[in-house]
Amino acid sequence: MEATEYIESGILELYVYGLLTEAENIEIAEMAKKNPEIENEIISIEKAIVALSSSFSPFHSVANYEKIKARLELKHGKVLEMKPVSRWSEYAGWAAAVLLLLGVGYQTLQLGETKQAISTVGNEKNKIERELAYLDQQNKKTVQSLTIVRDIKNTGVTLGGQAVSPTSFAKVYWNKETKTTYIDAAGLPKPPKGMVYQVWALKLSPTLTPTSIGLLSDFEGNNQKIFAVDQTAYAEAFGITLEPAGGSLSPTMEQLYTLGKV
Amino acid sequence: MSQDELLVLIYKKDEKAFTHLYDMYSKSLFSVINVLIKNREEAEDVLQEVFVKIWKNIDSYHESKGRFYTWILNIARNTSIDKLRSKNFNNSQKNLNSDNFVHVFEDSNKLTNKIDTIGIQEFVKKLKPKCIEIIDLLFFKGYTQQEASEELAIPLGTIKTHNRNCINDLRNYLKI
Repeated sequence: MEATEYIESGILELYVYGLLTEAENIEIAEMAKKNPEIENEIISIEKAIVALSSSFSPFHSVANYEKIKARLELKHGKVLEMKPVSRWSEYAGWAAAVLLLLGVGYQTLQLGETKQAISTVGNEKNKIERELAYLDQQNKKTVQSLTIVRDIKNTGVTLGGQAVSPTSFAKVYWNKETKTTYIDAAGLPKPPKGMVYQVWALKLSPTLTPTSIGLLSDFEGNNQKIFAVDQTAYAEAFGITLEPAGGSLSPTMEQLYTLGKV
Repeated sequence: MSQDELLVLIYKKDEKAFTHLYDMYSKSLFSVINVLIKNREEAEDVLQEVFVKIWKNIDSYHESKGRFYTWILNIARNTSIDKLRSKNFNNSQKNLNSDNFVHVFEDSNKLTNKIDTIGIQEFVKKLKPKCIEIIDLLFFKGYTQQEASEELAIPLGTIKTHNRNCINDLRNYLKI
């Protein structure tokens, strides 16, 4: 069959979609090898459908990318770095065990005494355990934040306060290789009700082009104030604006809180 | 980066190759998985499984059998469908049909409160409604031509060319 005829038949689209039989696949792969016109057509179809489907990908978390890498054991550097710190939580675990044992020992001693006393000790033990669990959780969060801040692969960009809020500041940690981006927003005031901070990756020339890379949602709940945002492919500067809940399509410049060049 | 360049890196199994692989295809595969699974959080789990499978089974891919992208696309579809089956979705077929990729995307977006919709509406405007249906069934859901012809009440012989015209519209718009 003529190449053009083949191309026009629409079979190459089905080839890219993966809907043909194995025999058909082998035949087309061979033809593509010999005929650049067919090869190029296949590549263009693939580009188009990858572009379309990628646009319809809902937000997925940066954490997921890290999880996959962890499952594939592709994170050597970071694992080593975290070890000394994770030993701390190990100690915390032992401490919890010791505390628990002490608690139990104390209870045994008190057995002769009234039931009231025993239940008081039990309550205290629970309280300590709850506190420990909370501290452990806080510790893990701190370790996470530290890992981001310490990561030498991250470019740190300091965002200074602007007219609307001169005392505000923030910091962006941007790994240009993996494109993962984190925002340290500890220097921003609590957003008013119904408003949310939105982070923008900015291209400065030839024209100022802002691209939203995400919202700092649940600002109050995040006590570390370190936020993972979307991956940033390219940026010459970063800015943070205050926007109505849900974010805006383009930044409200009057509400520009912080700005900094890469 | 082309498929060939990527494959050279992947066969070496270095970490950068994985980053490239993820950058190039994770969004595309995630949209397909999300259309099939329709639950963003579970879709993230499936995406993990898919990338683990790709990485671990890379040696079983041969260029003589088709495009690399097609191979990973099939892994994404099959893993999603297995997941649906394992959850005992009795009406899985019906479940697959009820929403196309545009609806599923809009739903997922509502939940995450994200504003990545910029540009998407443009895409949708450029594609004819029939094209959205055809691409939805053939590409996203992996229907056979026969199944798509029945579902859309279009003669079997015209499905292929119909789909090609849709892809051509898309390519004109994207200038590819």
